[in-house]
Amino acid sequence: MGYKMGLKEFDKIFEILSQDYEIYGPKTIEKAGRFSDTNNIRYEKISSIEELEYKEKSLFSPKDVLFPVNETMFNIEGEKLKEIEEEDKKYLIFLRSCDLNAIDRLDNMFLKNGNIEDNYYKKKRQNTKFILMECIESYLNCFCVSMNTNKADNYSMGIKLANDEIYLEIKDKEFDDLFKGCEKENYTVKFIEENQHKVEVPNIEDIKLELFNDEMWEAYDRCIGCGRCNFSCPTCTCFTTTDIYYDENKTKGERRRTWASCHVDGFSDMAGGHSFRQNTGSRMRYKVMHKIYNYKKRFGENMCVGCGRCDDRCPEYISYAKCINLVTEKTREEA
Amino acid sequence: MNPYMTYPAKIKKIEKHTDIDYTFYIEKIFDVREGQFFQVSIPKHGEAPISISTFDDETIELTIRRVGIVTDEIFNKTVGDYIYLRGPYGNYFDVEKYFGRDLVIISGGTGLAPVKGVVKYFAENRDKVNSIKLISGFKSSKDILFRDDFKDWEDKIDCILTIDREEEDWDGHVGFVTDYAKNLDTSNLDNLRVIMVGPPPMMKFTGIELNKIGIEDENITVSFERKMSCGIGKCGHCRIDETYVCLEGPIFDYKQGKKLID
Ligand code: SF4
Ligand code: SF4
Ligand code: FES
Repeated sequence: MGYKMGLKEFDKIFEILSQDYEIYGPKTIEKAGRFSDTNNIRYEKISSIEELEYKEKSLFSPKDVLFPVNETMFNIEGEKLKEIEEEDKKYLIFLRSCDLNAIDRLDNMFLKNGNIEDNYYKKKRQNTKFILMECIESYLNCFCVSMNTNKADNYSMGIKLANDEIYLEIKDKEFDDLFKGCEKENYTVKFIEENQHKVEVPNIEDIKLELFNDEMWEAYDRCIGCGRCNFSCPTCTCFTTTDIYYDENKTKGERRRTWASCHVDGFSDMAGGHSFRQNTGSRMRYKVMHKIYNYKKRFGENMCVGCGRCDDRCPEYISYAKCINLVTEKTREEA
Repeated sequence: MNPYMTYPAKIKKIEKHTDIDYTFYIEKIFDVREGQFFQVSIPKHGEAPISISTFDDETIELTIRRVGIVTDEIFNKTVGDYIYLRGPYGNYFDVEKYFGRDLVIISGGTGLAPVKGVVKYFAENRDKVNSIKLISGFKSSKDILFRDDFKDWEDKIDCILTIDREEEDWDGHVGFVTDYAKNLDTSNLDNLRVIMVGPPPMMKFTGIELNKIGIEDENITVSFERKMSCGIGKCGHCRIDETYVCLEGPIFDYKQGKKLID
C-alpha cells in the first residue's frame, strides 16, 4: 500500500513506532567529519524523521546496530562468565538498498558459516525490520548496479522524502493499521538503474593462483593500514575478543569483542611471534579477493555490495573499485 | 545456547619441559580427537587457541608455551585450580588412514604437541602400522619437549630427535629436520605417508624436500596454526582464501594446504 503525508504527520506515526521499536538511521554529526569543518554521518538512534539524514550517503554503515563496534559478551565475576541479561528489544533500521543487501552477507557469516549461530547477532537480527530509503541519486563512488545490489525486496517499508513530504510503501502487514485513514498515494520505491562508476567483477573461474602473487599488489604498499575501509564497510564482520578487568584487585571484568580490520597491524599475529601479510599491499589483496572471489566461492554471491564507502574514506586515495577492474583486466590478459 | 560459553576443567598435574613449555593435565570434560584444539581461557585475561596433545579416558594433556597474557595467567595456576575451555574445535588426525602404512611424522619445535596424540596412538598400537618413524627437531637441547615420552617411544618406534646445532653435552642427532627428510627410505614409496607439523617455513622447506624424493602432496598431511579469536567461523582471523582454519582445519591434506595463500 502507498501513502503520502507531511513530515509532521509522519512524526506522529514515528512516535507510535518508537514505543515498540528502537529506531536507527543515518544522522549527521556536525563537525565530526574526516577533515576539519566537515560532518560525519553515522548510524544513531533517531527520534523523529527530521533527524534522519536522507539526502547524503552515510560514511558508516548500519551494521553496527546488529554488530556493535564494541560488544560485551559476558560479564565476569571472579572466574565466572555471566551471560548478559537484556530485555528483548525490537529494531527498525532506515537504510539504502546496498546496505540492505549487505545484511544478507552478515547473515551468512554470523548465522550460517560453520553451521553455528552467533547468539549475539541472532538476538538482534531476529527482532529487526528494515525501512528502505529510496536513493534519489547515485552518490560519489557508488557502484551498486555493477554488484546487483541496487535492488532489494526484503523491507517492511520503503520511503522517499521530497518537498517536505514523505512517500511510503508499506509492505509489512504489521504496519498497515498505523496508516489507516492516511492519504493514499500510488508510490513504490524506485531503484537506481545506473551509477557513474562501473565495476566489472571477474569470473571466479578465471582467477588463477598466480594472481595472488602478481606484482600489481605491490602498488598498494602505499596503504597505511589504518583500517578505515574495513570499518566503513557494511559487509566486514571480523572481530577480536578480549578480556578486561575494572578494578585493581581484578575481581570483576568482562569479555568483549571489538571490530577488527585485516588491513591493520596485528590481524594475523599469533602468540609466539609469527604473522602473515607484513606488506599492506598483500593486505589489500587479502581484502579485495575476499570481497569479490573467496566469499563468492564459499557462499555463492559477492561479498561486496558496491556502496563505495571504502573509496570515500581512504586517506591514501586508494580505489578499491579500480582495483577490482584491474583484477578483471589481469584475468583477461592471462586467459 | 551461547557458543562462546566456557567450562571449567580442573588441573590434575603440571609437567615442566622447559622454562616456558609446560604440559597441563586436565580433567577430560569433553570428548576429543587427536589434533583438535580448544579455546582456553582465564576469565578477565582472555582466550587462546591451544591444541590437544594427548588424552585418555579421564585426562586431556595441553602443552602450552608461555608467550602472552593468557598463557602467563595459565602458568600462574597450580594443581587443583581451574582453566576454562570451549571446544573442541576443528578436524582431527584420522589414525585409521595410516593403518598398514609406513608412517613418517616430522615435527618442528612445539609442532610436536598437536601430533603427539598420533605418535602415542601408534606407540601403543605398533602393529597397526607397517613401520613408523618420528623425526622431531628442536632449536637446542633446552627446548626439547616430552623427554620422558621419547624414552618410552624409542623402544617402540624409530625416533630421530635432533637439535639444530652441536652442543657440548649432546651426543644425539644434530641438524634440521629437512636434512633427515631428504634421506628417508623411499623404497616403498606407494605405502609411505607423512605428517608434518611445525612453523610455516619449516613446513614449506620440508615439503620441498619430500617432493624431491618423490613423495606426492596428497600423501602428506599438515596441521596449520593461525591466529584465532572465535574458533567457530565468525571472527575471520584464521581465514586463508575461502578456508577457515578453525572449521576446515587445522589439519589439511598438503595438496590443498599448499594452495592456501595467506
Ligand atoms: S550504492 Fe546504490 S543503493 Fe547504495 S547508496 Fe549508492 S546509489 Fe544508493
Ligand atoms: S586501503 Fe586506505 S582506508 Fe584501507 S587501510 Fe589502507 S590506507 Fe586505510
Ligand atoms: S578463529 Fe574465528 S573464524 Fe576461525
